[in-house]
Amino acid sequence: MTTENQSDIPETGPGGEGPLHGVLAEYETPGELIEAAKAVRDAGYTKWDCHSPFPVHGLDPAMGIRPTVLPLLVFAAGIAGLGGSILLVWWMNAHNWPWIVAGMPAFSLPANIPILFESTILLAGITAFFGVWALNRLPKLWNPLFKSDRFLKATDNGFFISIEAADPQFERDKAETLLKDAGATAVEAIHLDPDPTRWQIPRPILAFIVITAILGLVPFAFIAKARVTHGDQPRIHVFPDMDFQVKADTQQRLVIDDSPVFRDGQVTRPPVEGTVPRGQLRQDDHFYRGLEGDEWATTFPAQLDIDTSTMDRGHEQYNVYCAPCHGEDGLGGGPIHERALEIQSPEWLMPTSIHDQNVTRQPHGQLYNTISHGIRTMPGYRAQIDEEDRWAIVLYLRALQRSQKALPDDVPPEERAQIR
Amino acid sequence: MSSASEAKHPAQEFNQITETVADVIERPKPPKAWYVAFGIALAMLGLLAVSVYHLLTTGVGVWGNNNAIAWAWPITNFVFWVGIGHAGTLISAILFLMRQSWRTSINRSAEAMTIFAVMCAGLFPILHTGRPWMAYWMIPHPNEMLMWPQFRSPLMWDVFAVTTYATVSMLFWYLGMVPDLATVRDRAKSKVRQIVYGILALGWNGSARQWHRYERGYLLLAALATPLVLSVHSVVSFDFAVSKIPGWHTTIFPPYFVAGAIFSGFAMVLTLMVPARWLFGLKDIIKESHIDVMCKITLATGLMVGFSYGAEIFIAWYSGNLFEQYAFLNRAVGPMAWGFWIMVTCNVLLPNLFWFKKFRTNPFLIVGVCLFVNVGMWFERFVIIMTSLSRPWIPAAWADFTPTFWDAATLIGSFGLFFTLFLLFIRFAPMVAMAEYKATLPAAHAGHQKG
Ligand code: HEC
Repeated sequence: MTTENQSDIPETGPGGEGPLHGVLAEYETPGELIEAAKAVRDAGYTKWDCHSPFPVHGLDPAMGIRPTVLPLLVFAAGIAGLGGSILLVWWMNAHNWPWIVAGMPAFSLPANIPILFESTILLAGITAFFGVWALNRLPKLWNPLFKSDRFLKATDNGFFISIEAADPQFERDKAETLLKDAGATAVEAIHLDPDPTRWQIPRPILAFIVITAILGLVPFAFIAKARVTHGDQPRIHVFPDMDFQVKADTQQRLVIDDSPVFRDGQVTRPPVEGTVPRGQLRQDDHFYRGLEGDEWATTFPAQLDIDTSTMDRGHEQYNVYCAPCHGEDGLGGGPIHERALEIQSPEWLMPTSIHDQNVTRQPHGQLYNTISHGIRTMPGYRAQIDEEDRWAIVLYLRALQRSQKALPDDVPPEERAQIR
Repeated sequence: MSSASEAKHPAQEFNQITETVADVIERPKPPKAWYVAFGIALAMLGLLAVSVYHLLTTGVGVWGNNNAIAWAWPITNFVFWVGIGHAGTLISAILFLMRQSWRTSINRSAEAMTIFAVMCAGLFPILHTGRPWMAYWMIPHPNEMLMWPQFRSPLMWDVFAVTTYATVSMLFWYLGMVPDLATVRDRAKSKVRQIVYGILALGWNGSARQWHRYERGYLLLAALATPLVLSVHSVVSFDFAVSKIPGWHTTIFPPYFVAGAIFSGFAMVLTLMVPARWLFGLKDIIKESHIDVMCKITLATGLMVGFSYGAEIFIAWYSGNLFEQYAFLNRAVGPMAWGFWIMVTCNVLLPNLFWFKKFRTNPFLIVGVCLFVNVGMWFERFVIIMTSLSRPWIPAAWADFTPTFWDAATLIGSFGLFFTLFLLFIRFAPMVAMAEYKATLPAAHAGHQKG
């Protein structure tokens, strides 16, 4: 390091002449730095700074540095962490998917305090850290002052003041005299580089970084694609987890080590002989089979409410299951029948009209039985329609039959006028 | 380096600190002992890699865990390492807030130790899940299973506490290191060092305006880390205390665990720093008085731990609860009594040697006692976990525990990870907070004029 005499301040910066960045003065002790800082502040400069290897106490007021907003940021982040985590915990454990554990309330403050506390600290801590750098405008790896060899001491044992040329009242001579008079051991002019591109990241390196960054996204693109599309290849099992294990599918024969697991080889076990699953006893002959004693039931079973809603239900079920053959009017000319005529199906037999005397005379139970088990060429519908709905259809059939033989008295008085 | 003059110039004093500390990472070669230690650490790290590979490809069955003692060694190791990881932030944060300036000589390395210990700690519960690649399930995130974490579970609290602690400790450590990294950058001769340390130093230039915010930020982080460090081991203790297992379900656990953590953490700091200061010629920086204070803290926390052991036993008797009484009787005279007595000897009896000045000044004696404390603190967790889990409520479910080779290999391996990282840290990062240290010198204060 060259020691400069105060008088011969170099007119040219090292490595060629560039525009003037500012002047840099060195002081020996923290105490002198503080005194000099006061002088610079009193002179009214605004774009200037002190540099020291450690925080010098008493320098902040000397320079007139106003307190930073950092604590406020950190406080706000802490509140956000607290509020955010309360929402998170409540939403996840009490609202979106209420977790019921040992009869405890889905959300209660005490049980969540650790989570809330840690989240508060986490957010506040992260903000404190990044806040320091954001407010300090760092990282900024290059600084014109770094060109000065003397300035290397700023992180070791040197104390510096720099005044920037950008300061509105900057005049080089005046600034230098001020700094010298304040006790500087050395004053130096800092020039910017004549060629500013020298400090830019070289293009190939930049290109490399950009290309790697883009290539780095490729795997993610594939993952994203895999999540929304189907493929004919089995998935890759990095970790087999429990994807492959001995297990039996229904109606499969399970054989381990050459011997069947069950003697009959079947996997599905039949129920123990003579047992009836819960709710499947079906003892009620009237309801389940349409019988009263040995005769077809002539009344509706007690389980059925004879009202409009049952009637509507019957209507709806009739239109779904019966109308395709019997037609909505029940005369037997439904769309299937029409189609059969169209293709001149030889096997087709026209569905019986439900207004046929033979049918209208049948007791409720017999109709119910026809729906359940079918009749001659008509298939049964017990597998598709449950008991209650079958009865509802019977009820509707009765209404339908009556509609074809209705007498004027059947029409409600207020609508009778419409009959012609 | 020092021209033993009568009154040193402040600039010289500051420079001397830079020289001493930077020398550790700038000397062309570290001492032989470093290589030996690093070799051993690497070998142990290799053992960890092998054990983890074996574990992952085979399953947790390679460990001695069984139905009753499901936690076994992995969780013992976890609690042990988290405990070690407490001294760092305590020294950095709490002692900082208490303006204990002696902490500046050791805070950096203690923080590094904390971070590495927490890494080792994190390893065990993650491996203990059996399918570590699913560990991310513990972090709340939208997923196709429509599954959220159970936030009222102490195990979930643990996840939050330990990750927060690891994150904040890491930020705190790095924040404190930036000015020193700038020092190393400015002294760097080779291009590689200039670039690497240059990037790590973020362009720090010692600006007073930046120092102002920096100091604020540091203070805030310290203030945040203080309750955090106390919360972490409290939360770890909730894993036990919130359950209803005899020997675990006690309210003394949080303070008792925190005291134990500080105790073991200080013992580990001493185990590392006493040899390091001798090896790297840091005797002028990490002074004997600093070691002395740390020994005293170890003694004090050791006494607290001893008191907690006593209180636990007293409460077991005083509660009149048969199961609680049995749990403690079983600890002291049951099949694993040897573990209990190792614990008592190492944690309660031996630290009392620190009452004597001789034991606080002789490096061999200090490290000796501290090694015993480390052993004792591992056994404390071992005793708590093993004795209680091996004797559940239903005697039909009682079980004993036999560790396997892989249990031991993973534990030894975790030490490998810890020491490898720590030795690399010593060699490549400024292990003493230079800037802070300088600020504590009398010469740093404005009233002090050049001599
Ligand atoms: C696949 C077409 C088809 C459907 C659907 C169908 N039927 Fe039929 N149904 C027939 C045919 C064909 C006959 C005449 C059977 C015969 O005489 O061989 C018939 C006969 C009948 C009879 C007369 C039985 C008798 O005693 O002669 C009744 C009542 C009847 N169906 C009711 C219904 C009801 C109620 C439904 C709805 C649940 C229904 N059918 C659904 C084809 C159908």
